This record gives sequence, structure tokens and C-alpha cells, in this order.
Amino acid sequence: MIIKSINTQRLGFAALFVCIIIALLVLGSLIYFIFSNGISSFSWTFFTDIPRKSMTAGGVGPAIIGTIYLVIGSIIVALPLGVITAIYLCEYSPKNLIVNIIRLSVNNLAGVPSVVFGLFGLAVFVKLFNFHVSILSGSLTLGILILPGIISASYEAIIAVPQSLREASYALGATQIQTIGRIVLPAALPGILTGIILGVGRAAGETAPILFTAATFYARTYPTSIMSDTMALPYHIYVLMTEGTHPEVQKMIAYGCALILLILVLAVSGIAIYLRQRQRRKYG
Amino acid sequence: MKISEKIYKNTFMVVAFSSLVFLTGIVLVLFIEGLPAFSVTGVLSFIFGKSWYPTSTPPEFGIMPLISASFVVSVGAMLFAIPIGIGSALYIHEIAGEKQKMFLKPIIELLGAIPSIIFGFFGMVIVAPLVQKLFNLSTGQCAFTGALILGVMAIPVVCSIAEDALSVVPRSFREASFALGANRWQTLWKVIIPAAGSGISTAIVLGISRVMGETMTVLLVTGGAAQIPNSIFSPVRPMTSTIAAEMGEAAVGGTHFHALFAIGLVLFVITLILNMIAEYIGRKYRLKLGLDV
Repeated sequence: MIIKSINTQRLGFAALFVCIIIALLVLGSLIYFIFSNGISSFSWTFFTDIPRKSMTAGGVGPAIIGTIYLVIGSIIVALPLGVITAIYLCEYSPKNLIVNIIRLSVNNLAGVPSVVFGLFGLAVFVKLFNFHVSILSGSLTLGILILPGIISASYEAIIAVPQSLREASYALGATQIQTIGRIVLPAALPGILTGIILGVGRAAGETAPILFTAATFYARTYPTSIMSDTMALPYHIYVLMTEGTHPEVQKMIAYGCALILLILVLAVSGIAIYLRQRQRRKYG
Repeated sequence: MKISEKIYKNTFMVVAFSSLVFLTGIVLVLFIEGLPAFSVTGVLSFIFGKSWYPTSTPPEFGIMPLISASFVVSVGAMLFAIPIGIGSALYIHEIAGEKQKMFLKPIIELLGAIPSIIFGFFGMVIVAPLVQKLFNLSTGQCAFTGALILGVMAIPVVCSIAEDALSVVPRSFREASFALGANRWQTLWKVIIPAAGSGISTAIVLGISRVMGETMTVLLVTGGAAQIPNSIFSPVRPMTSTIAAEMGEAAVGGTHFHALFAIGLVLFVITLILNMIAEYIGRKYRLKLGLDV
């Protein structure tokens, strides 16, 4: 009886081990294939040149720059909204109906499919506000998409600031807003930063929200203002795989784009995860 | 309280409502732009109509093929993601030591941070040809490949939420079980998993919701034929990829344009219901274990 149950335990634990190994293998093989195929297209011109000869030569410079613009734009949109929402939820609001409504909205906004954000951006920013297909429309759309993430990271960071710091500040005669601005926010900054970095990774990789709001499949020049449409790395991968006449050549360029994006996202998320772990250890 | 303090408080409150404003805005946009399509075809024949030929004359707008494709691909994905995701969560929670945990949890999170376009690309150039060869198909871009890739994408979601659920099971449950002479596996199987059961089902429901909304992956790997799938190896066209693929060619303000928003509305409602179910189960679960809601 005991031997039988020990055998079941061995078998069961082995099965769980297989599960985690499969998860690791998948991640490993994805990184391996994209790395080994993508690295060959890396060169100086690949990063700086515009696409040439109907996307079979030249580089992907405008797509890299476009992605950077969209990421910066979306952070500018989401950061103030997200941090202020988190401040309100942590510092001001009593536990009441308003908080529940805000929290429910944030949770549900986080669950909206990315392509639906694209539809929203198309109807509101592109058509209603007449921003056209532009970096502005794309940044606003992506900003709303990453907002819930920024809110929850900032919330977690602000709520973790020890109550004693606030009380010490009040004891010295500081007002609530002074306490928030000079005590709470500086203490919560690393956590908020983690949220921003994760937001950067998310905004850089999202494709569906910019399909109809910001992306153009081919640009001869770098974008000149926030009202111009732009190339973007994730969208460029999609274009290379679905349009054009030289699928094999385009595939290799797509590998290069995927590698840039993968390195960017893994590096950025890795930093964020590391920062957060350090932060959690600090506050226990 | 000074006046300036009040101004700050009220300004912050207004800003805090921005999420609600955006959520409401999304609902309004989907209704305003989607309803004209319903008025052309009727709600029932839009949702249950069996043929989607938006560009033929006369056009037909029935989205059953798209809905069924979304469901087939999502359910298939969960068949991969549930065992592997929950198995990984159990491994991390039960077997891995502190050092392994410090390594495994970030790795799973990194897997979740990889953009869907990269999974789609990987699926298209590596997995689809493999599936084609392995099962001797005319094309590897089909529901099965889509489900496989989406399943991989859902692993981190399922795993991290299930792991959260496991970690809030009180220590006393485990100690009581050991005291009765149960070994680790028996404790896991008969005490921990049942106690974490509804938390784990939250993970599954949220996984389905996430998978249902994925766009770029299915756009690249499922083929794209708008037919009700008759086998798991048929090419299919889920709701998300229909919107993404056809919006560019639909004339602004035409019925096709409105129909795509109406698909967005259907998709939004399905994911909203799934998210609410997950929230409800999660809340009851935390109450059951006597935790703060």
C-alpha cells in the first residue's frame, strides 16, 4: 500500500516535471529559431536604411523609429492617467462604490481584445477627431491599451509604501498633497518604473491596435510629425509575410525584424521583472 | 481641508474615471458603428447566418463560421494550455525549491511578454510546415496549428493565475493532511487542488478569454477560409482575424464596415462575459478561504 502510493507520487511528480519542461522547451525553441535565422540579416544598413526594391533589400529603419515613436507616445498618454488613478485609489478614496466602479472598469478594460481597441481608435481618433491614420491616433490607442497595466503596477507600488512614512510626514505638518508628492511617489517610483517598462514592451509588440490607426505598410522616409502615418516593426513583419512577390527573401527580413522585437521585449521585460523582485525583497 | 487640497482631490477623481470613460466609449463605438449592420441583416441572421461573403453580390453577412472558428481554435488551445499551464503551476508551487522558483517564475512571465506577432510568425514559418508534413495536409495553416500556438500563448496566463490560486491555500490545510499520514502527492491531489479548484478555474476562464481575443497569431496561422470548420485540420477564419484582415478593404460607412464593428461587438460581449465569470468565481473563492476580497 505504501509502496504503491510512493510510486503514484513519483509518477505524478514526473508528469508535472514534464509539463514545465514542455513550457521551457517551447520558449527555448522559439528563441533559438528566431535568433539563428534572424541574426544573419543584422547589419548597419538593416537598422538605418529604408526598405528598397519592393521590400527585398535595404533596411527597416523607418519601422524601428516608428515603433519608438509609438512607444513614447503611448507612455505619454498612459503614464499621467495611470499614476493619478492609482494615487486616487490608494490615497484618497474611501472603500466605497466609486472605487468599486473604477476597479471594475480597469479590470474589464484590461480584458478587452486588442483588435477592439483598434476599432475604437479607428472610429474615435481617426474618424471622429480627424487625426487620420497617424502616430497621434496610434499612440492614443496604444496608450489606452496599456493603461490598465500602468494602473495596477502603480497601485501595487503606492500601496506598498509603509503607512509610517505618511504619518511621519503629516506629523511634520505636511498637507496630503505634499505628502503624496514628496514622500509617497518618490518611495513608489521604482515600482511605477517597472510598470512603465512592462508597458513599453507591450506597446512595442502590439499590432492589431495600430493596423487601422497608425501603420502604413511602406514608407520612403522617416515620419516627420505626429500627424504622419508610420511603419512599425510588428506590422512590418505582418506585411512581409502576407504581401509582396519574393516570399523567401522577405521571410529572412521578417526574421530580422522579429529578432529586433524579441530582443527588445525580452530585455525590457527582463529588466522590469528583475526590478520588481528586488523591490519586493526590500519591502518583504 | 484647504481649498487647494479639495481641488487636487476632485481633479484626481475625475482622472481616475478615465478607465470607465474609455470602457464606455468602446461600448458606445461598437454599438453606434455596429448596429447599422444588424438593421440590414437582422440580429439573428447576422449571428446565426451560415455564410460570410461580404464582397460578393449580393453580399452575405452571417458570422456563424467566424464564431465557430473562434470557439474551435480557443477550445483546442485550452486542451494544450490547461494541462501544461496547471502542471507547470503545480510544479513551481509544489516541487521547485526557492532557487528554481526564482528562475522559473520569471521565465514563464517572459513567455507571456512575447508579442503575438512573433508567435504568429513562428507558427507560420516553423510550426505550420511541420504540421503539414506530420499529418500529410494540403496546408499547415489550419485550426490545429492555430490552437497549438494559441495554447502556448495561454500557458503563462493559466500558469501564473493558477500559481496565485495555489499560493493562497492556507498552510494549515497541508499540515492537517500530513498529520493524517498522507504523502505529498495525496495532499496535493486530494487537499490542495480541491481547495484551489475555483481559483484554478478562474485561470482557465481567463485563458479562454485571452485566447479568444488574440488577433495576429490567428491571422497568420489559421489559413483564413470563412467556413464552418468540419475538421480540426480545416483552414478557419476566427472573428478577430476577420476584422483585422478585412477592415482595410471595407469602404468606410458601408455595410461591410459596420458588419466588422458588429463582429467586434459580439467579440467584446463574449470576452466581457468570460471576464465577469472569472471575477465572480475568484471573489467567491477568496471568500471561501476566508481572505480579503
